[in-house]
Amino acid sequence: MSGPSEPPGDGRGGAAAAGRDPGLQPARTRLAWRRTTLSCTVAAILAARAALHGGSDTLGVLGAALCFLAWLGFLAVAHRRIRDLALHEARPPVMTARAAVVAVACSVALAAFAALVV
Amino acid sequence: MIEFVRSVRLWFAPERVRDDGDTPDYRFSLANERTFLAWLRTALALIGGGFAVDQFLPDLRWAWRAGLALALLAAGALCALRAVSHWVRCERAMRRGEDLPVSRFPALLSVLVALVAVAMVVVVLAGWAG
Repeated sequence: MSGPSEPPGDGRGGAAAAGRDPGLQPARTRLAWRRTTLSCTVAAILAARAALHGGSDTLGVLGAALCFLAWLGFLAVAHRRIRDLALHEARPPVMTARAAVVAVACSVALAAFAALVV
Repeated sequence: MIEFVRSVRLWFAPERVRDDGDTPDYRFSLANERTFLAWLRTALALIGGGFAVDQFLPDLRWAWRAGLALALLAAGALCALRAVSHWVRCERAMRRGEDLPVSRFPALLSVLVALVAVAMVVVVLAGWAG
């Protein structure tokens, strides 16, 4: 991953000096976020479908709305992270634990809504 | 278990991760982040599979359908929670210059997925026979 002139883990982010990471790590991470957003979209659509399956009563509509909110939350985290990575290509910031927790919470919320309607 | 509680506390206090050791090369942090995202995608796929079992197998008896769907959903939720826990522990290990944490979770998840798959095969074959 790093050339001989850049010892790994030197604590200074060796590739920052080069201006551009030859391994395109920030770009790959952005694409990973996009793939994950796509997976989340599919899961959210299936979740909303499950919620509305029993007819569009109040509970079903509420469940679908909650699924939509969870999807929006994930989208916001992914959008912010993709933007941060794109803006600081030379020295990308580390993902915050809050972003990770929110992304996971949105996924778990989808699973919880599903478990309620099963 | 105590280790898990300690790591849960770190999820909500990210600055405490930053207090530990040195900042690693950002490429390692990004690789750790992509691993986290890959686990999250696995979790979302399991959750989506749970929905699919529930909705697209209407001929299945309720007990089977709910059991399989709930097994997949529980695995998905567990996988997502474990993804963030593993991410925090890897980040901390890299800062401290320790070995990365080992885990038996991938093996357990594989066994669970295999069991669900076998259950599906049994259900489909029983459906044909019946």
